[in-house]
Amino acid sequence: MSATAREVVAAADVYKYGFVTDIESDSAPIGLDESTVRFISAKKGEPEWLLEWRLECFRAWLKMPTPDWTKLKIEPIDYQASTYYSAPKTTPKYQSLDEVDPELLKTYEKLGIPLHERAALAGVAVDAVFDSVSVATTFKGELAKMGVIFCSFGEAVREHPDLVREYLGSVVPTTDNFFAALNSAVFSDGSFVYIPKGVRCPMELSTYFRINAANSGQFERTLIIADEGSHVSYLEGCTAPMRDENQLHAAVVELVALKDATIKYSTVQNWYPGDAEGKGGIYNFVTKRGECRGDNAKISWTQVETGSAVTWKYPSCVLTGDNSVGEFFSVALTNHYQQADTGTKMIHIGKNTKSTIISKGISAGRGQNTYRGLVKVLPKAAGARNTTRCDSLLIGDRCGAHTVPYIDVYNRSARVEHEATTSKISEDQMFYCVQRGLSPDDALSLIVNGFAKEVLKELPMEFAVEAQKLLAVSLEGSVG
Amino acid sequence: MKNTEMNMLEIKNLHARVDGREILKGIDLSVKAGEVHAIMGPNGSGKSTLAAVLSGRDGYEVTEGTVEYMGKNLLDLAADTRAREGVFLAFQYPVELPGVNNLYFLRAAVNAGRRHRGEPELDAGQFLKAVRKTLKLLDLREDLLNRAVNVGFSGGEKKRNEIFQMALLEPKLAILDETDSGLDIDALRQVSEGVNKLRTPDRAFVLITHYQRLLDYIVPDVVHVLAGGRIVRSGDKSLALELEKTGYASVNAA
Repeated sequence: MSATAREVVAAADVYKYGFVTDIESDSAPIGLDESTVRFISAKKGEPEWLLEWRLECFRAWLKMPTPDWTKLKIEPIDYQASTYYSAPKTTPKYQSLDEVDPELLKTYEKLGIPLHERAALAGVAVDAVFDSVSVATTFKGELAKMGVIFCSFGEAVREHPDLVREYLGSVVPTTDNFFAALNSAVFSDGSFVYIPKGVRCPMELSTYFRINAANSGQFERTLIIADEGSHVSYLEGCTAPMRDENQLHAAVVELVALKDATIKYSTVQNWYPGDAEGKGGIYNFVTKRGECRGDNAKISWTQVETGSAVTWKYPSCVLTGDNSVGEFFSVALTNHYQQADTGTKMIHIGKNTKSTIISKGISAGRGQNTYRGLVKVLPKAAGARNTTRCDSLLIGDRCGAHTVPYIDVYNRSARVEHEATTSKISEDQMFYCVQRGLSPDDALSLIVNGFAKEVLKELPMEFAVEAQKLLAVSLEGSVG
Repeated sequence: MKNTEMNMLEIKNLHARVDGREILKGIDLSVKAGEVHAIMGPNGSGKSTLAAVLSGRDGYEVTEGTVEYMGKNLLDLAADTRAREGVFLAFQYPVELPGVNNLYFLRAAVNAGRRHRGEPELDAGQFLKAVRKTLKLLDLREDLLNRAVNVGFSGGEKKRNEIFQMALLEPKLAILDETDSGLDIDALRQVSEGVNKLRTPDRAFVLITHYQRLLDYIVPDVVHVLAGGRIVRSGDKSLALELEKTGYASVNAA
C-alpha cells in the first residue's frame, strides 16, 4: 500500500524534534495571564487602545466556559501549558530539498504543488529558490495603484489604525465565544484587506501568500473590508500537508461587506490530522463570520476541510442589508480518528435577504462528521429565503455522520427549505468503476469527487484542481 | 483473424459459492476469439453468478475448478486487472455515479487500460476524437456524454451507455449480463446492432440472457443451457428456438 498523506505527515512530524533546540526564539514565558497579553502587545509595538482591547477580551475569556455543546470528544486543554508568543522563525530547517524526507516531497508532487512552493513548505531556505519578497512587492505595487490594502495585521495596525479600530471586533464581538475571546487576547498576526469603493480587486488575493501563511502562527486574525460596490476574492490555506508545532489553533476571521460589495472567501484546510491511531493532530477552533452591512451585499464562504484532528468551525453570514446574500459551500472530510463539527449560521435581518447552504460531509475510517447549522430569520426580514442541502457520504462501517440543523423563523413571509441525505458508497458503485479498469483508490476518489462536485466548482479554478487531488490523497487506502 | 488453435476462455469444473451456498456446480465452457456464446437458463440457474465470478466481484468464492483467460489464470487477477486485460462486463443494472461526468469517467477507464498495456494516455482532444467516432458507429446522441454516469438515464439509455463504454474500451472478452432485460423492442434492436458492429475476429462475446428474442438480433455461434449450476446442454442457435417452444422445464428433465 502506498503511504497515505497522514503517514507522510506523521513521518515528517518526527523531524521537528531534531531541529527544535538550535532555533533562537523570542518567546513569551509559558502560561497565560495579563502579563502575557501585555508582553505580546509590547512585542508588536501596539498602541494603547489595542492593548486595552486585548485585555478586555482576556478578562471576558477568563469568565467564559469552554463550549460543550458539540459532538466533539476532546481531552481538556490546559491553557497554562502553552507558549502564547514566539517570534517568527527565520532559520531555515534545511539547506536544500535533498535533505527533506522524500515521502513528504512525494505527497507534494501528488498534490501538484508548484516546485518553488514545495521548498518553502518543507522548510527549506527559500531565497535561492523562490524570491517571495520580490513577488510580494510586485503584487503590492499593482494593488496599491488601485488603492487596495493587503498586508499583515500588524502592519495594518501601524499604517491604517483608523480602519482597524473601526472594524476590529465589529462582526465577532469580544465576548462572542470562548475561542474568539482567547484569540482576541493573544492573536499574533494575520492578514488585513481593504478594498476601496467601486474597486474590483484584480487578482485572487493570497495565492502567493500561502507560503507566508505557514508562519502566521496559531492565533491568526484576519479582517477584510469591502467598501461600497467593491469585489474581492480571498484564498486561505494550502492543500499541502502543513507541519506545525502548535496543537491548538484558534483563528478569527471577520468580513465586512458594505453596500453592493461582494466578498468571496475560499479555504482549503489541511493541517496535520494526527496519526492513523488518532494521536497528535491539530485542534482547529475557528470563528469566521461576515456581515453584509449594506444593501445588496454578498458574502460567499467556500471551504474544503480535510485536515486537523478536531475541526470546530462555522463560517457565518449576518445579512443586515436589504437584499443581501449569504452563501456557504462546504466539503468536510474526516478519516481515521478525525472529528469535524462544522456548518454555518445565516442570520437574516434585512428584507429579502437570501442564503444558500450546501454542505457535503465525507466520513471514512472512524471519522466523525457533524453538520451544525442555524438559519435564523428575524422579525423584520420580510421575504427572506434560505435553501439548505446537507449530504453525508459514509465510507466503511465505523464512521459517523450527523446533521444538526437549527431553524428559527420569526417572520411569516420567510421561506426556508432544508434537505438532507445520507448515503454510503455502495459496493455496486465501487465494482462498476473497478470493472472498467480503475483501481479501488481511483474509483473511491472519483465517487467522492463526484459527491463533492457542487462545492468544488465554487472554488477558484486552480484551487479546485488541488482540492480534488487532496480529497483523493486523504482517502488513499480507505478501501481494498 | 480467427485463432482456432487456442481458447480465449477456458473454464473447467468451476464451482462457486455465495454466502456459503453453492451456486455454480461444475461449469465447463470454452470460448474462442471471434465467437459469440449465449448462455440461457431459468432464474436462479447461476447465469449472473457466472458473470460475477468471471469479472472478479467480491463476495463470490470459487471452491473448485479453473478459469484460464488468454493463457493466464483469471482467478488470480484482481477485478481491475481483469478489466485492463480486456474483460468487460455489461451490467444488468448499470450503476449511477452522481456528479461523475460520463466522459471523464470513460477517459479515466480508457487511460487505465492504456497505462496497463504500456501505451501513451489519450489527452482530452484525442479522447474526444475517439468518442465522436464511436458515437457515429453506434448512432448515439452526444448529450449522453456530459451527464453524470447513468444518472437520470432511461433504461434504454443505460444499456446503450454500456455498449458505448464497451466500444471505447475495446475488450477482448465481453460479457453481457441480461443486457436485453427491461428493453422495449426498439431499444433492443438498437443495442443489438451496436453489439453486432463490435463483433470482430479477435473479440469474443458471452451473452447471458433469459429470453431467446435477443438472439434474433445477435446470432450466436453456440447456445448453452445453464440449469442448477451446470451447463446441461449446448448446441447451435436452433437450441434457443427449441427452448422457446418447450420451455426450460424440458431441459431440466433431459
